[in-house]
Amino acid sequence: MAQLTYRASVSLAIAQSMRKDQKVFFIGEDVGAAGGVFKATVGLLEEFGKERVMDAPISEQAILGAAMGAAMTGLRPIAEIMFSDFLAVCWDIVANQIAKTRYMSDGQINIPLVIRTANGGGSKFGAQHSQSLENWSMMIPGLKVVAPSCPSDVLGLMDSAVKDPDPVIFYEHKSLYAFKEEIEQTDISIPIGEANTLHEGKDITIIGLALMAQRAKEAALILKDKHDINAKVIDLRSLVPLDLQTIKKSVIETGHVLTVEENPRLCGWGAEISSLISEHCFKNLKGPVTRVTTPHVPLPSADILEDNTIPSVELIVNEVIKKLKGE
Amino acid sequence: MVDKLNDDIGEEKRLQLWEMMLKLRLVEKKAYDLFLQNLIKGTSHLALGQEAIAGAFGVALKQGDYTFCTYRGHAHTLARGSSIEGVLGELMGRQCGLMKGKGGSMHLTDVDNGVMGSYAIIGAHLTIANGTALASKYNKTNEVSVCFFGDGTTNIGAFHEALNMAKIWNLPIVFVCENNLYMEYTPIHEVTAVEHPAADRAGAYDLDKIIVDGNDADEMLRTAEKAISKAREGKGPSLIEAKTYRHSGHSRADPGKYRPDEEVKDWMENKDPIKNYRAKLLDFNINEKIISEIEEKIKDQVEKATEISMTSPIPEIKEIYTDVWANGGSEWHN
Repeated sequence: MAQLTYRASVSLAIAQSMRKDQKVFFIGEDVGAAGGVFKATVGLLEEFGKERVMDAPISEQAILGAAMGAAMTGLRPIAEIMFSDFLAVCWDIVANQIAKTRYMSDGQINIPLVIRTANGGGSKFGAQHSQSLENWSMMIPGLKVVAPSCPSDVLGLMDSAVKDPDPVIFYEHKSLYAFKEEIEQTDISIPIGEANTLHEGKDITIIGLALMAQRAKEAALILKDKHDINAKVIDLRSLVPLDLQTIKKSVIETGHVLTVEENPRLCGWGAEISSLISEHCFKNLKGPVTRVTTPHVPLPSADILEDNTIPSVELIVNEVIKKLKGE
Repeated sequence: MVDKLNDDIGEEKRLQLWEMMLKLRLVEKKAYDLFLQNLIKGTSHLALGQEAIAGAFGVALKQGDYTFCTYRGHAHTLARGSSIEGVLGELMGRQCGLMKGKGGSMHLTDVDNGVMGSYAIIGAHLTIANGTALASKYNKTNEVSVCFFGDGTTNIGAFHEALNMAKIWNLPIVFVCENNLYMEYTPIHEVTAVEHPAADRAGAYDLDKIIVDGNDADEMLRTAEKAISKAREGKGPSLIEAKTYRHSGHSRADPGKYRPDEEVKDWMENKDPIKNYRAKLLDFNINEKIISEIEEKIKDQVEKATEISMTSPIPEIKEIYTDVWANGGSEWHN
C-alpha cells in the first residue's frame, strides 16, 4: 500500500507502459530533461533515455504529426500537448488527420496513439491555459476521449489507452495533480468506456467527469450528512466510448439527473447525455435533466472570479436541493 | 547532345521511367475523360505535366519505403505500383477502389505499396511523414520516407515545423516541393518573400539548396536517387525544389485562365516531360518499336482497368458504418 499523487501516477503509468512494450515512446515539450512543466513526467528520461523520451521543439503540429506517422507504422507513441488549450494550434492534425485517416483509408491504417494533455481550471491561469476541452474532441468521429479523476484511474486508463488500437485523447486535470490516493496495486488496467460509481444513492443521479466528478462526490457526502439525500455519483471516466448502460440503470432507479460540467454551457457533453436520457429513459424521469456548467464565458483569472465561474461543491449541493426540494 | 558512353542511367531504367511516366499521363487523361462523362464526381486535381517528378521517385524508391502526397496525388499513388483500377475505381466510388469509395480522389491510400495517404489540407502531411521516418530511425530499419507537396505549402507553418524537426532529429526523409509556379490560382512569386519558395528556405534549416528541372526525367531521377541514398545511409533529410507546370487548372472547377497563353503554350509544347523524354529515348538510339510497344501496352492497361472500374459494383450502404474504429465499427456508446 502506497500513497500516490495523480501527478506521480502519470509518470508511473507511462513508465509501466514503456517497460512492457518497446514500441511505446514519449514525445513532448519539456517532458524529458525538465520532467514536464507540471512535473508529471519526472524520471522518464533517466530510465528510458533520449531515444524513447524525446524533448521536442515548440511545434505542436510537428509533435502530433510525428506521433501519428509513427503510429501508422505500428509504434505506440504517447505525445504530450502541454496545455489542452494548445490543441487549437494542431487541431488539423487531431481533427482531420488522426481522427479520419483510418476511416478514409477503409481501415488500411490504424493509429494507436495517446495524446495526453493538462486540462481544466483552478490554477488562475486565465482563459487560454484553463479550458476544459473534452467537448472539442468528443464531437469528432474517430477519437476516444478519456478524463481520469483519480490516481488509480490514471494508472488503469493509461494502460488501456496505450494498448488501444485507436487514438485516445487523455485529459489530465491540472487541479487534480496533487490529489492523493492509497494504492495497493499500480500495474492495473481499466477498460475505456466503463463509468465508475464514486458514491451510491437512489435519490438522484449526478454525472461528472474528472475534477467535477470529485466535486460531485464531495457534494454527495454533504447531501447525505446534512440533507438526508442519497445521490449516486457517476464518474464517466470517458466520453467516447460512453457508458450509457450505467447511466440508464441509475436514472431508472432515481428519476432525477444532474450533470456537472466544467466547460462553458453551449454544446457541453451534458447536453448529449441529457439528450440520450430523454431518448432512452423519458418515462423514468421525474423532472427535467439539470445541467450545471460554467457560464458561457471565457474563464477569468482572479481568485474570486475563477472560483465563482467553475461549478463548486456548494453549487452542486444547492442545485440538488433546489431540484429535489424546490428550495 | 547525349553522351552515350557515359550514360549513368542506362536503357533499362530509362524504359522503366518511360513506362511509368506514360502510365501516369494516360491514367490522368482517362480520369479527365471520365469527369467529362460525369462518371467521376466530387473534385479532382490532375498532375498532367508533372509526371517526371512522381515517376522518377517511383523508379528510385524501394518496396517498403513510405510516400506521402497531396490531393494532387493520383500520379504519386500509381508511381508506387498501385493498380490503375484501384485508383480509377476510387475516383468513381466503386468497390474496386483503393478505399472502396470511402476516401475519394483527394485521399488515395495504398499501404501495401507504401502509399501512406494523400493529404488534402496543406502542410499536415509533412509532419506526418516525419513520423514514419522517425519510426524507421527508432526501429533501426532503413526505409526512406518521401513527402511530395506543392509550392503553396512552403508558406504554411507546418512546413517549417516539419523541416526543423526532420533536421534536428536527422530523419531519413526527402521533402519534394513540386513548384508548378501557381499556388492554386495565384502566381507563387506574388505571395512568397523569396524567389524559390522551398529552396530559398532550406538554409534556415541547415539543408542544402537543391533546385532541379522537374520536367527533365533523367535529372529528376538522379536527384531523387541521391537524396534517397543520403536518407538511407542515415545522413539526414533533403529538401528538393522541382520546377514544373501543370497542364490543366488547379482542380476540376478551374480552367486556369489566369495563366498567360504564351506561358502555357511554352510549357505544353517545349517543356512537356513526356514529349521530351520520348525524343531523348530516340537520341539514345532506343528502338522506336520498343517505345511504341510500351505505349500500346499502357493504353491497353488503362482501357482494361477503366472497364473493370466501370463495371465494379458501387459500395454497399452499410459501409458508412464501418472502420471508424479498429474493431471495424462506429459505435460510440454501449
